[in-house]
Amino acid sequence: MTAQPGGPAGEGVLAALPAEHRGRLMALARDTAFPGATRIFEEGEEADRFWIIRSGTVALDVHVPGRGPAVVETVGAGGLLGWSWLCPPRLWHLGAETREPVRAWEFEAAPVRDLCAHNPALGLALVTVVAETIGDRLRATRTRLLDLYEPRGAERSGTGP
Amino acid sequence: MTLTPLPYRVVDRRDETHDTVTLVLEPAGEALGSFAPGQFAMLYAFGVGEVPVSVSRIPGERRITHTVRAVGAVTRALCGLRTGAWLGVRGPFGTCWDLAAARGRDLLVVAGGIGIAPLRPLIDAVLAEPHAYGRLNVLAGARTPGDALYRDEFPAWERPFAAVTVDRPSDDWTGRVGVVTTLLGEARFTPAGTTAFVCGPEVMIRATARALVHRGVRPDRIRVSLERNMRCATGHCGHCQLGPLLLCRDGPVVGYDRAEPLLTVREL
Repeated sequence: MTAQPGGPAGEGVLAALPAEHRGRLMALARDTAFPGATRIFEEGEEADRFWIIRSGTVALDVHVPGRGPAVVETVGAGGLLGWSWLCPPRLWHLGAETREPVRAWEFEAAPVRDLCAHNPALGLALVTVVAETIGDRLRATRTRLLDLYEPRGAERSGTGP
Repeated sequence: MTLTPLPYRVVDRRDETHDTVTLVLEPAGEALGSFAPGQFAMLYAFGVGEVPVSVSRIPGERRITHTVRAVGAVTRALCGLRTGAWLGVRGPFGTCWDLAAARGRDLLVVAGGIGIAPLRPLIDAVLAEPHAYGRLNVLAGARTPGDALYRDEFPAWERPFAAVTVDRPSDDWTGRVGVVTTLLGEARFTPAGTTAFVCGPEVMIRATARALVHRGVRPDRIRVSLERNMRCATGHCGHCQLGPLLLCRDGPVVGYDRAEPLLTVREL
C-alpha cells in the first residue's frame, strides 16, 4: 500500500510512527535477507528480536504432533513479524518460515526496549503500533472462526456471496 | 427489463469447485436487456424455484454468464443443469458497480468467497480499458484453496497486485493464509485517490470497509454489494428491505456511506 506515497515498500508498520520516533527506531535497524523456506524462529524459543517485512511472505505455524507445522497465518510486506519480544515470558508463541525470499528490517529487542524506557513518548507510540497489530490479528482470527464462507443451507448464492 | 422469465439455454458450463458451477446462457429468442457489472438476474429452475444471481461475466450482447454455488434446492438444480438445458431468466435488475466515477483512480477489488463472481465483470471492464484507470488491486479470500474461484485468471489481473488468501490451508498450499484484509498491506494504492469495490459475506464487508476507512479511503468511495432475501426483484414485495432500502431496486451495490449505519443495526 502506498499510504505514505513515496515511502519504500515494507514501511506499513513504521509509517504509523511519527517521523522523529521512526528515525530513532530505524537507527537500530539492520537490513536482513532470508532465502525461501528458511526457519526464522521456532515456537518456545527466546523472542529476542523482531522484523518489519519489506518484501516477501512469512508463514506463521504451530507444530501439530504427527502432522508437522500447520500454517495459521502469513505476514507480508509492511507487516510486523513478532511481538512476543515485548511482553514476558518473551518466548515465541508460533514458528515462522519464509515462503519466498524475504527482505526485512531486523531489530534486536533489548536495545529497542531500552530506547523505549528512556523515551516514554517513543515507547508509547511503538507499543500502540504493536498493540494495533495484535488487535488486527485478534479480530482477523475471530472473523475466521466465524467460518463466513461456509454455506448455511439456505439459498444464499443470491447477488454475491 | 422483463417481469416474465425468458427461456435461456445453457450453452456452456464449467465446474469451478466441488459445489460451484459457471453457466453461460443464451436466449432462445428474445434477449434480456444489456447487463452492467454488478447487476443480477432472477434464474428460474423450472419446477423448483427462482433465485437472484449476479452476472459473473458479460460475453457479448446476448449471452450472460452466472456462477452459482449449490447451497439449496434451487441452486442445486441450477448447478445440475447440463449443456443444452433450459431455464427461465428475468432481468437485468439492481444497481451496478459505478465504474464511471472511478475513472482515473486506483481500484481496490476486495472479494470474499463467491463474492468474486459479481466483481469479475468489473475487472473485465477495467482490463478492457487499462489506461482509463489507475492501479488495479484484486484481493480475494476463500475458505480453502479448493474453494478459491477463477484462480487461473489471477495472473492476468495483476495490475499490479492480485492475490488469494485462504482461511484453512491445505498441506500443499504455499499462498497466503488469513482474512482478506491482511492483503491490504501488500496492495498498491493511494487511499485518497482510490475507489474500492467490496463483495462477500456481510461481516467481511464491514471489516473490509472499516479497514479501508482507517487507511484513508472515503466511505462514499467504497462500494459494497449487499444481499438480502430477494423475491420479486422489482421493489414490490419488500422481502429485501434493509432500512430505507429495497436492495433489489436500490442495491445490491450501494455506497458504504449509506450502508454503514444500516449494517450495524441488529434487526431492520
